[in-house]
Amino acid sequence: MKTMRVALLGFGSVGQGVVRVLGEKDLPLTLSAIADSKGGVIDDGGISITEAFSRKEKTGSCGKPKVTAMDIVRSNAYDILVEVTPTNMATGEPALTHIRTALELGRHVVTSNKGPVALAHRELIALATKKGVELRYEATVCGAIPIIKTLRDGLLGNEVKALFGVMNGTCNYILTRMEDEGLTYDQALGEAQEMGYAEKDPTYDVKGLDTAIKLIILANTVWGMDAKLGDVDVTGIDLITPQAIQLALDEEAAIRLIGEAIPSRNLLRVSPRIIPRNHPLLVEGTLNAVTVVTDLAGELTFIGKGAGSIETASAVIGDLLSIREQYAGRP
Amino acid sequence: MQVSMKLEMKDTPGQLVRVLEPISLCGGNIIAVIHQRDPESESDTLDVQIVLDLPAGRLPAVVDQIKVLGVNILRIDEERLLHKQSLIMIGHIMHTDISDTVDQIDRTGYAEVSELSLKMPAINERSSARITLRTANRKDMENAVALLRKVAARKELLIIEPLEEMT
Repeated sequence: MKTMRVALLGFGSVGQGVVRVLGEKDLPLTLSAIADSKGGVIDDGGISITEAFSRKEKTGSCGKPKVTAMDIVRSNAYDILVEVTPTNMATGEPALTHIRTALELGRHVVTSNKGPVALAHRELIALATKKGVELRYEATVCGAIPIIKTLRDGLLGNEVKALFGVMNGTCNYILTRMEDEGLTYDQALGEAQEMGYAEKDPTYDVKGLDTAIKLIILANTVWGMDAKLGDVDVTGIDLITPQAIQLALDEEAAIRLIGEAIPSRNLLRVSPRIIPRNHPLLVEGTLNAVTVVTDLAGELTFIGKGAGSIETASAVIGDLLSIREQYAGRP
Repeated sequence: MQVSMKLEMKDTPGQLVRVLEPISLCGGNIIAVIHQRDPESESDTLDVQIVLDLPAGRLPAVVDQIKVLGVNILRIDEERLLHKQSLIMIGHIMHTDISDTVDQIDRTGYAEVSELSLKMPAINERSSARITLRTANRKDMENAVALLRKVAARKELLIIEPLEEMT
């Protein structure tokens, strides 16, 4: 079986998940380079995964200080770049430069980084097309749910009329806990932070920005829009009261943060919504769910884990294998 | 517009068909016909209840044509506002003049607030309310919700809308 060489940038939760899966499963992929913010390693024959983990534990870096992420991007040691570094959401950096450079060099890119895909989707796709390579980003939206592959391949021939979804596990966890235990917003947020489901500064999640960015990525992918964050009408969940949740419960309904895209109405919106108890989008805890409305297939709803090291790695690995299937063995 | 009518007519063959004719001719839709024949009755008349869906403004013409047939209309009930939608508001609902908020909807002439459920956890804290709107049709509901959204924005109230069905 012809393998492809993979360089991985970023050794956080997603990066470690990808490396673990590569180590455990006999996949036609060779990890030839790896780097985090403090250092890197290149080994064309395949780097030792156990060494990378033990180095990370001892030195705080999976690699050696002499080798930087950019050294790897510019090297000839890989066929596919996996970009899973922490990103500045305003600029998309450093991921944006890594991705752009790799594509320029004619390499495929797989990323879980929302920033560059949301900020420069059109430019990056055009660049990949020009160079005859792939840019895949399944892991940017709804973690383990293969929503982008489904929209792009699984529903070929359909017109996608609308998309709705619960796309942020943090918000869904908070709302679920407020509902189940009658907690206030602050109490539920505190609990989510303790459980590791919410960041210390939760703004990005609870104000609906994370959902808005995922919505943009989906809309730009499905309808070829060039939507930016400013095009989305965004309301978060931080002002929701336990009484409001009780009022919804009284009518056999619940409140969830929903991302919604309906191009025929020029609508891109993120807002808390009232959802009937029996609605398929009404998921509990940190789960994600997306409903796709199409002309041929009707309505389809996908439910799955929206975050997690191995769950997100599942999306990255899927993209890698899909590229290998399509390109391995080609000159 | 949905209308329910109770009619008293002669118990003769073909009479009911003649009564229903003007309704179909004006583009109305007959939803139900309920016969109420009392076997004990000595009278030669028959009570019939009909439920119809009529285009707006056609009711007076239909009533006239039914009367011409010598049919007695005992009662007419209009169920005007069939569409119902509940929304939740959060904020300083009382202090931003709740009666004005309700009035703005009621004054439209096409929408009404039919229910309001208010929860006030403590003085000076934000309150939460469930407000139920009624309109004659879907388009009016969209307009009413858009109006409420505008009023809420001005009063700095958060509005939580239902996720509407696409189909």
